[in-house]
Amino acid sequence: MSEEPAMVQPMLEGRGIDKSFGAFKVLKAVDLAVASGEAVGIVGPNGAGKTTLFGVLAGALLPTAGTVRFAGADLTGTGAAARCRSGIARTHQVPRPFLGMSVFENALTAAQFGAGLSGSAAEDCAAEALERTALLNHANRPAAALGLLDRKRLELARALATRPRVILLDEIGGGLTEAELGLLITLIGQLKADGLTIVWIEHILHALLKVIDRLVCMSAGAVIAEGGPDAVMADPEVRRAYLGGSL
Amino acid sequence: MTTYAVERWTRSGRVTVGAAAGVLLVLALLPTLATGLVIDKLTTLFIYILLAVMWNLLAGYAGLVSVGQQAFFGVGGYLALRLVDAGMTPYLALIVGAVGAGLVAIPISTFALRLKGGEFAIAMWVIAEVLRIVVMFDPLVQGETGTSLLALNAFDPDLRRNLTYWLGLGALALMLSATMWLLRSRIGAAAQAIRDDEEAAASIGIDVMRVKQIIFVLAAFGCALAGTIWLASAITFLPRTNFGVQWTVFMLFMVLVGGLKTFEGPIIGAIIFFLLQEVFGDLGVWYLTGLGVIAVGFALYLPDGLWGTWRQRTGIDLLSGGVMLKNPVTVKRAT
Ligand SMILES: Nc1ncnc2c1ncn2[C@@H]1O[C@H](COP(=O)(O)OP(=O)(O)OP(=O)(O)O)[C@@H](O)[C@H]1O
Ligand SMILES: [Mg+2]
Repeated sequence: MSEEPAMVQPMLEGRGIDKSFGAFKVLKAVDLAVASGEAVGIVGPNGAGKTTLFGVLAGALLPTAGTVRFAGADLTGTGAAARCRSGIARTHQVPRPFLGMSVFENALTAAQFGAGLSGSAAEDCAAEALERTALLNHANRPAAALGLLDRKRLELARALATRPRVILLDEIGGGLTEAELGLLITLIGQLKADGLTIVWIEHILHALLKVIDRLVCMSAGAVIAEGGPDAVMADPEVRRAYLGGSL
Repeated sequence: MTTYAVERWTRSGRVTVGAAAGVLLVLALLPTLATGLVIDKLTTLFIYILLAVMWNLLAGYAGLVSVGQQAFFGVGGYLALRLVDAGMTPYLALIVGAVGAGLVAIPISTFALRLKGGEFAIAMWVIAEVLRIVVMFDPLVQGETGTSLLALNAFDPDLRRNLTYWLGLGALALMLSATMWLLRSRIGAAAQAIRDDEEAAASIGIDVMRVKQIIFVLAAFGCALAGTIWLASAITFLPRTNFGVQWTVFMLFMVLVGGLKTFEGPIIGAIIFFLLQEVFGDLGVWYLTGLGVIAVGFALYLPDGLWGTWRQRTGIDLLSGGVMLKNPVTVKRAT
């Protein structure tokens, strides 16, 4: 049914993912495949299960059924730490900085563990991640002193400092001013140009459209449409579920 | 490629370490000058500092709030007794006994560390009680009656006092250095990340269980060393005392009053506790209650403790500091 060219081997793939919390089925047979170097956007109404899908892909949540494969290997039973070390990084929708550490130490720890670097290589990696995310001026401040926007930047810096091959971005653009959003889009575009594979959940469609190759729409725990952004947004089911007739 | 400069030791940090080494040297020579009473008192102080630093390592730096560290304090002493009974020289047995308690901590860690927060705290207390009961089954211990490390009586009292003192000082120096080294290593950073947010720590590649285990076993070993040195200075081994929950009250008090999450705080807390103990130590259960009330008061109204509060007010930090990126914007240079 798909007119997309078949991927030889996806970089990251979730197949038949079910996830229940108790009796509540949050994900229902979700399939998502992302090719190496591809940028995929995910949209969908609140509670669609987008963040939960990231949790399953990143290893924070164990799926009730289904498999997660990364770079050809089955990682379904692997924990979050090992997945990060093998190249899957994520940012959290609600930032989760290490509040008792400085901004630089947050990134440094990510470089040491996620990227497996030590000594000055780790320090350079952490500082570069802060530089890319415009946090270098705050490097020695306690993470607890950062406001929400800088905490979002720190999420991104920490994820980048793990030297990922795939990055899962969860509503990293929400709450930014247009100017800040512009900088973020430039940065994500650069990451893509560097060869990083990107999956980006975002409600701000125009931001997504500047970067992504393909759009996935989720609703009520299932993928209801995917493909070229224009085709997905024109899909009647998407308009019904996601836009609620407001567009 | 750019390189950045970092600083791990501030000037005041280096000065403090130097001064501490000097104090250590003076303390090491003290038995040639001071009276036996002073030596005994200082040995007790070393034990308190050691316990406080270990509890802070667990709770302050790794977020593992245990109310059962007396388990290792007691097991260390018990194993030392057993080793002496099997023919080992007493002072060696004190060290090997503590190592043994560290080994006992490994299997305990594999299930206790699966629990979080309050469940972990209570589980540790239960484990301490179970170990106390198990130890009481050993005929050597004679149940509630307890026993004594009589082999130490073979030493001349002055020599024994000094050896115990040096063992205490050596153990303290070793564990202070090990803790400082660990906290400044990547393991220390990982422990603090886990303390702040376990899921986020895992998401940046930190093996949460393994890091917790390292901290847990090290803290168990430190508490066990305190326990064997205590045994050497008290001679008697009473399950009710050596496995007593009062040790946890003491540790909580010292760390909360001195300052959780700082390197200096527990040392200051231990000195304050030592002085209080000198004045009120004989008042029994009311005193213990008073300590508990003060500790809770600090937790509620001055959660950073004396040193943490002082550090915030003055900005003076001696040893707790982490890694600083130097002049973040200007030092960048091409290589
Ligand atoms: N740990 C949990 N336990 C129980 N229910 C959960 C849990 N996590 C998420 N849910 C529920 O699963 C559903 C999907 O949540 P999820 O956070 O994945 O949605 P989302 O698509 O990311 O929404 P949003 O756009 O608001 O971020 C929601 O109804 C949520 O309440
Ligand atoms: Mg979400």
